[in-house]
Amino acid sequence: MAQISIIDYGMGNIHSVAKALAKVSPKNYNIKITKSISDLQKSDRIIFPGQGAAKQCMENLKNNFDIDKFKLIISQKPFLGICIGLQVLMTKSEEDNTMCLNVFDGSVKKISNTKKGDIKLPHMGWSPVQIKEQHPIFKDINNNSFFYFVHSFYVDPRNDKEKTSYTDYGLHFTSTINRDNYVAVQFHPEKSSTNGLILLKNFIDWSV
Amino acid sequence: MSYTKRIIPCLDIDNGRVVKGINFIDIKDAGDPVEVAKKYDDMGADEITFLDITATHQNRKTILDTVESVANEVFIPLTVGGGVSSYQDVITLLNVGADKVAINSAAVVNPNIINNVTDKVGSQCIVAAIDAKKQANQKWEVFIHGGRKSTGIDAVDWAKELNDRGAGELLVTSMDKDGTKDGFDTELLESISKKVNIPVIASGGAGELEHLYLALKNGKADAVLAASIFHYEIFTILEVKNYLKKQGVQVRI
Repeated sequence: MAQISIIDYGMGNIHSVAKALAKVSPKNYNIKITKSISDLQKSDRIIFPGQGAAKQCMENLKNNFDIDKFKLIISQKPFLGICIGLQVLMTKSEEDNTMCLNVFDGSVKKISNTKKGDIKLPHMGWSPVQIKEQHPIFKDINNNSFFYFVHSFYVDPRNDKEKTSYTDYGLHFTSTINRDNYVAVQFHPEKSSTNGLILLKNFIDWSV
Repeated sequence: MSYTKRIIPCLDIDNGRVVKGINFIDIKDAGDPVEVAKKYDDMGADEITFLDITATHQNRKTILDTVESVANEVFIPLTVGGGVSSYQDVITLLNVGADKVAINSAAVVNPNIINNVTDKVGSQCIVAAIDAKKQANQKWEVFIHGGRKSTGIDAVDWAKELNDRGAGELLVTSMDKDGTKDGFDTELLESISKKVNIPVIASGGAGELEHLYLALKNGKADAVLAASIFHYEIFTILEVKNYLKKQGVQVRI
């Protein structure tokens, strides 16, 4: 039986990701919320969801996992990061000056008022996702479709090739990154209605 | 108005059913929460808010089943409010699938609840609700317990304090306008919006399409919450959004 693991690091509403996956996955699919490294090892796919602060997330990860083993396992299968699960893939975060997993080269920065000064934080609501480079998770999703965001920080990858989509909120930021088996999004597909469900389904169907 | 504004239908839930009624009189059963929420999602609602109006304490856990059933089927943000009085209430609601919890009277009684809860679950999960009544020119007072109890607190100062204590959003209801279909109290909304840097959700008074536009434009609100115009199908969510788009407001269609 195929298994997909949702990494439980003690923060955020991970159940909503499980509920959305249950909605779109085949009946025989085993959706497991887990903090066990052997579960991750056995899984066919891994989702790293999240909400909350980068520092707390990294601390909880270190408490639950041997980080070297963790990084090795997530490098071996289709991996989807969501929100904080995207941010901690970067080298470091400005949020409490946190060193992150360094899977992607680049940093996490705070959204600031660059132009008109009329934006509020967190960025909470629906924004268009401008697809820069087609990726299997965006199959059947129109360019500039709306997804639901909740965040105050954004990722700034050093390598342009890793930038998959952009979104505008106060500034033009990278809202999806990908490389090899990794894809990670700043928005919440589990709360993005039909488009979000299509994206999750695409992730389940994605063969790297 | 350079970013997307949200349209949020509000459902009153009594004993696990959606009810509708005017000023809590002549309350009628209006269906199964899952079906109604699905319908609103299909029509383009950006979020859904549930207000638990279940009167008896022993029936209050029915809201948990309701939220859980809806969260299994509807994949847009869900806010739950009504009678939330403790940290444990918040956690219980989040665990069954609420994305955000609205706190009203409990924050006035014990303002530290906002700090304590947001420290643990994050600001994004907490909507602070304010029921305000106009007192004089540019002055509004906070009322609690469903509008039955005055507090002597200035609503604009209170909004700022809730912002500073860590609330993620403010749900501002004008008691003068609520149920009138006469338009939002845009002065109240604007006074609060100017003082805070978190999103403000306008509530109370929606009757015409223009009212929603004015709440966003003049009231500088970030989202509009409405119940009866959607329940009674005076306007569909799509009609509201098409109208707003024509006025130059960015909405998700």
